[in-house]
Amino acid sequence: MRSLFRLSGEGEGFVPPSSNDFELPPVFGDNAFTTKPILLVFLSVILVSVFFLLSSRKAAVVPSKLQFAGESIYSFVRNDLGRDIIGHEFMRFVPYLFTLFTFVLTNNIFGIVPFLQFPTMSRVSFPYVLAVFTFVVFHYVGIRKQGIVKYLKDIMFMPGVPKPVYILLTPIELATFFLVRPLTLSLRLFANMFAGHLLLLVFILGGEHLFQGVLGLKLISPFAFAFGIGLTFFEFMVQCLQAYIFTLLTALYIAGALADEH
Amino acid sequence: MENSLYAAAEKVNPLVPHTAELIVGAVAFLLLFLVLRSRVVPMFEKAFTERTAAIQGGMERAEKAQLEAQRALAQYNDQLSTAREEAQKMREDARVQGTAIVEELRVKAQEEAARITAAAHASIESERQQAVTSLRSEVGALAVELASKIVGEALDDQARQSRIVDRFLDDLEKSKK
Repeated sequence: MRSLFRLSGEGEGFVPPSSNDFELPPVFGDNAFTTKPILLVFLSVILVSVFFLLSSRKAAVVPSKLQFAGESIYSFVRNDLGRDIIGHEFMRFVPYLFTLFTFVLTNNIFGIVPFLQFPTMSRVSFPYVLAVFTFVVFHYVGIRKQGIVKYLKDIMFMPGVPKPVYILLTPIELATFFLVRPLTLSLRLFANMFAGHLLLLVFILGGEHLFQGVLGLKLISPFAFAFGIGLTFFEFMVQCLQAYIFTLLTALYIAGALADEH
Repeated sequence: MENSLYAAAEKVNPLVPHTAELIVGAVAFLLLFLVLRSRVVPMFEKAFTERTAAIQGGMERAEKAQLEAQRALAQYNDQLSTAREEAQKMREDARVQGTAIVEELRVKAQEEAARITAAAHASIESERQQAVTSLRSEVGALAVELASKIVGEALDDQARQSRIVDRFLDDLEKSKK
């Protein structure tokens, strides 16, 4: 076990990146509110707000390039995630979906932005918070729309199923709606960002460590770096995809809660 | 060395949330939500609405212009056909009028001719009457003179003379017929 990490001829062994690498000390001061992830979250709020405030300020019929860029993202969320999935009541949920998408996307992309290089969503607290919001929103919408009794009845006793099957189905359905959905929603996002960052750490720290080794290892190290760069592009794709999936699933849950039958 | 390898045992559980991060995450998200909902979404929606209105307005204007053009075309066609009909009618009228005039003239000419013929006939008749009358008296006188010369006696009795002449002439006419 120990010799496995003894890559350099002499000196210290390689310490593989672990979940401890995600526990960052405060950037300044000495409190829990000045850590890198928290500062990045605030930065994302500022960046997204400023970008969309600037791009929507004029709201011209013939858009400028900036307005067009902002509008493209907005209309993607509005039409592809809102209108096409939720249906005629979609406009109520567009601000929420729009915030969700831009917030998650920006924080994910921080993972590959030079100098920032930390995907905020790899801190599980943030996906938890977002999943709780989505959980509250879609249950609230369902209860408001159908009344609490009918809503719960529809979840527990899916219509058109033979009675004995409910013994199996009811617990499954309840678990799906109240446990599995929020958990998978948050853990999917968290795990993707966590694993992606870890992967980049492995290749880049590994490449660095190899470079400190003997000559043969020095020659290998560029490949590790090259792989790290390739994975960065791959990460970019995953980051966009995860932001999309989170918003898409939220829209689907809302649509399901609005529909008469699940 | 040993510590770093066994650090796995002390690893933090990445699934346990931090209170500070939970609070910040919620606050930051709600902050962004409020900004986007109150300022950005209404502005983009406004732009979309205005764009839709602009496009629809343009289309409606074009449609209206087309309708106007069609209406004008129909009107011109109408006027053109009316004018054609009028011209046709005028030609027809002129033809009818021409025929009538020719007919009238022809009738007039015939009447004139008939009148002239009748006048000629009348004058010929009267001249013939005159000639007959003068001839009758002259022939009578001549015949009486001739007869008196032949008979040798003067037929002085005027009444008898003319009776004789008339009887003669009547006989003459009767034999001519």
